[in-house]
Amino acid sequence: MGDVRLMKGNEVIAEAAIRCGCDGYFGYPITPQSEVMETLMARQPWEQTGMVVLQAESEVAAINMVYGGASCGKKIMTSSSSPGISLKQEGITYLAGAELPALVVNVVRAGPGLGTIQPAQSDYFQSVKGGGHGDYKLIVLAPASVQEMNDFVGLGFELAFKYRNPALILSDGAIGQMMEKVELSDYKPRWTDEEIQEISGSWATTGKKSDRERNISTSLDLDSARQEQFNHKLQAKYRAMEENEVRFEKINCDDAEYLFIAYGSSARISQKAVELGREKGIKIGLIRPITLFPYPTKAIQEMLGQVKGILSVEMSAGQMVEDVRLAVNGKVPVEHFGRYGGIIPTPEEVLEALEQKIIGK
Amino acid sequence: MTEEIIIAGFGGQGVLSMGKILAYSGIMQDQEVSWMPSYGPEMRGGTANVTVIISDNRISSPVLKKFDTAIILNQQSMDKFESDVKPGGTLLYDPNGITSHPERKDINIFKIPGAALAAEMGNPKTFNMIVLGAFLKVKPIVAIENVKKGLEKSLPERHHKLIPLNIEAIQKGMVNVESVNSI
Repeated sequence: MGDVRLMKGNEVIAEAAIRCGCDGYFGYPITPQSEVMETLMARQPWEQTGMVVLQAESEVAAINMVYGGASCGKKIMTSSSSPGISLKQEGITYLAGAELPALVVNVVRAGPGLGTIQPAQSDYFQSVKGGGHGDYKLIVLAPASVQEMNDFVGLGFELAFKYRNPALILSDGAIGQMMEKVELSDYKPRWTDEEIQEISGSWATTGKKSDRERNISTSLDLDSARQEQFNHKLQAKYRAMEENEVRFEKINCDDAEYLFIAYGSSARISQKAVELGREKGIKIGLIRPITLFPYPTKAIQEMLGQVKGILSVEMSAGQMVEDVRLAVNGKVPVEHFGRYGGIIPTPEEVLEALEQKIIGK
Repeated sequence: MTEEIIIAGFGGQGVLSMGKILAYSGIMQDQEVSWMPSYGPEMRGGTANVTVIISDNRISSPVLKKFDTAIILNQQSMDKFESDVKPGGTLLYDPNGITSHPERKDINIFKIPGAALAAEMGNPKTFNMIVLGAFLKVKPIVAIENVKKGLEKSLPERHHKLIPLNIEAIQKGMVNVESVNSI
């Protein structure tokens, strides 16, 4: 067994970044994710691995520093919470448009506006449907435990570089602030200049030698024909992600007559609701999307022959439920249950919602 | 084994750190643990509470409505959480500052004069460890040597000299816990 600790989700994001060979972190503090940068500053990784940690003057500056570092083929990340992530949206669409790999972490709090510092899941639309302008997608990973906060930092970078696309870890204030047992990843060294050349030399601005054309990181192309071609290329990339990168977990689905669909902390709460429901003899299962884009549409469709109804559970007024309804396409009833504004539902409430909105109907 | 615990009191009583030490002790004996601080709207009111779960299996929800054990350290928490103990469960409280004592007959109730004993020990900061000791006497879910290891892990090295005092406080709690209602 590796290095086992009791840590907060936010602290683990920082630790995992250092251990996966991240080259740079640029951020700006905001509750409930400030422990990410606090932990990095306390750990001083620049002394150990050479990783740069910098508190930028604003979120907008931070995301543009990410753009700069990512252009050089480095492993670069930033983190924030909802209002700060809104500020970063321009930079995120530029990253997507320039096909730059980077990792963004959103420890979601309730909105809209400044909202409150308590946990929510009301940034789903922003994360999977755009957020910034233009036809782009992020790879969106939704951790449901402190362990996954560790695991998804490495995975996020891996996928970001595989597809030359920004990846987003969509967490929330509950996963960020809670402590759980976590087995930390082993240290991986940062890439050397030679390794960066080998991995990203075809596009990264690593220093032009006389034997190649210039590599330019830009999202600007004023020729509409070329711009359309480029968009075709992006769309092909997103289809490849849908083909290859869907991740989800099925819990108690084999004999399920009813289904919860929930991600992140709502999935944990719904899992307890499954336990409580099964104690009462109700055959409930849970599908937990791990990737929100690409979405586990097929996994939901495969359940439609056996389930009588689906409850989408999310700490929002009903965002992910739209993707559930698209997958289900009217074949069985789909309802949404959510608490929001920073309130976390209890497992009892979730089960009661299933009984009232689905089973009782 | 799964034990679902709420520890509730005022901020500054050591509620969160008691939960952390309990959770670390669980890790020391290879169990799954979760520690979820209060995230309701009540957190602005000066009360602090934490849900700690220790289990042999993967833990589902870190947020709960019903608990196997409630450790209650002020009146507001008594008002809020007495009814949330599962039938057959356990309520442990410090009578200091409690004006309406727990009345349920379907749970085991224990009391520990933690504040008074901490004053006796001459160090009010031992309060939370006295209460932890009382809990571990009633529900021996983690072994005392694992609590010691948990303290070593969770306290910075410069505070390790305080571990013997903490163990003494735990033992004081174990000796002085008293049954109020037994089912």
